Amino acid sequence: MSNIHVNTIVNGDDVGFLCDPRETLLDCLRDKLALTGAKEGCGTGDCGACSVTLDGRLVCSCLVLGVEAEGKEVETIEGMSIGEDLHPLQEKFIEHAALQCGICTPGILVATKALLEKNPNPTETEVRYWLAGNLCRCTGYDKIIRAVLDTAADLQENQ
Amino acid sequence: MQYYTPESFSEASKLSKNATGITRFLAGGTDVLVQLRSDIVIPDVLIDIKNIPDVEKIIKNPDGSWHIGVAVSGAQLNEHKDLQAEWPGVVEAMDLIGSTQIQGRATLVGNLCNGSPAADSVPALMAAGATVTIVNSSGNREIGVDKIPQSPGKTNLEKGDVVSAINLPARHSNSGDAYLRLIPRTEMDIAVVGCGVNLSLEDDQVSEARVSLGAVTPTVVLVEDAAKAIIGTKLDDQALEVLAKAAREACNPISDKRGTIEYRTHIAGVLAKRAAKIAYKRART
Repeated sequence: MSNIHVNTIVNGDDVGFLCDPRETLLDCLRDKLALTGAKEGCGTGDCGACSVTLDGRLVCSCLVLGVEAEGKEVETIEGMSIGEDLHPLQEKFIEHAALQCGICTPGILVATKALLEKNPNPTETEVRYWLAGNLCRCTGYDKIIRAVLDTAADLQENQ
Repeated sequence: MQYYTPESFSEASKLSKNATGITRFLAGGTDVLVQLRSDIVIPDVLIDIKNIPDVEKIIKNPDGSWHIGVAVSGAQLNEHKDLQAEWPGVVEAMDLIGSTQIQGRATLVGNLCNGSPAADSVPALMAAGATVTIVNSSGNREIGVDKIPQSPGKTNLEKGDVVSAINLPARHSNSGDAYLRLIPRTEMDIAVVGCGVNLSLEDDQVSEARVSLGAVTPTVVLVEDAAKAIIGTKLDDQALEVLAKAAREACNPISDKRGTIEYRTHIAGVLAKRAAKIAYKRART
């Protein structure tokens, strides 16, 4: 089958790309739109390194076809900071050293942003369950969880 | 691979009927894409059914029954408070599947049609008495979820059949359901045993019941003897023991890294008792 033209919105911008229907959204983001923040870890939806939101819903972009993004809104890690201004979660991840190699970090940031939008004041258990699908092989999760809880506490205070 | 986005179920059915080679329907893609990317099943024809109107809707019908669109995700089910209040067992069973990311895409119908004996939502759907609406060239028909699984990875659906929705019956008062599963970890694993129980009460006595088991037979099954064990009782200890025995007798599991035949069989009885108690408690409140 010939390539299919896909029109979608990525981080607020209208974009178009041509893709083979077998190509994943992850591959399209990385190879056609040069948005390489989302990473391929496992490629089978287990590790969460490729997390993005699709019409506001957290998904693994390795388990979405590029053609399925037609007419949808995609948010990736590249849309998280506003220019040089980091998102509060990004600042807290740096403050708490909640990353080492950084491969899982974009996915975890996208996932935790989605969590705080749905549940601004999560418990530690809620954060841990929400992130069950984001694997990190460096930090051991504790610093990540603390960074998320600290961000939530700060956001609550500033309201 | 040919990729289609039909705008009606009759068109989807026609596409699949006329397709040559391996055909797959795409809703959430959490099984189809994993199989595609692992080179296990590479479809020649992929029919994405999400462009069909209303496939992502949960509708309560005037008679109290529920229509759940074929592309409704686990996350959507979990956010639907009215559905959760009436069918907590179905919603909690679906919610046990995978991570937050998987919940964003995975569907009940996908879980059913993937044909796994360990599918978490299927025992809950069977216990609930859920049906599926199937569209093909001769029209629509509605059949019980318990009639769909055939063997591991295989369903009784035929070429040209496309499932358009899951239907849950109207909830009687004094009814409740529950689903429990055992996994070796706390999250993100496949059931060693799953058990769904749905029951109704009259004067605290069980008047109707359905009990189902997953991961202990080649397909998810309804266990009539287990239901009979508790009908007419107030779920006293003796009834629970008869229930557990009936559940264990229905088991014909395999041994694998998650559990041995003996362990799975034993646990089936334990989960049946616990799930029945939860369903009973829910029915009373």
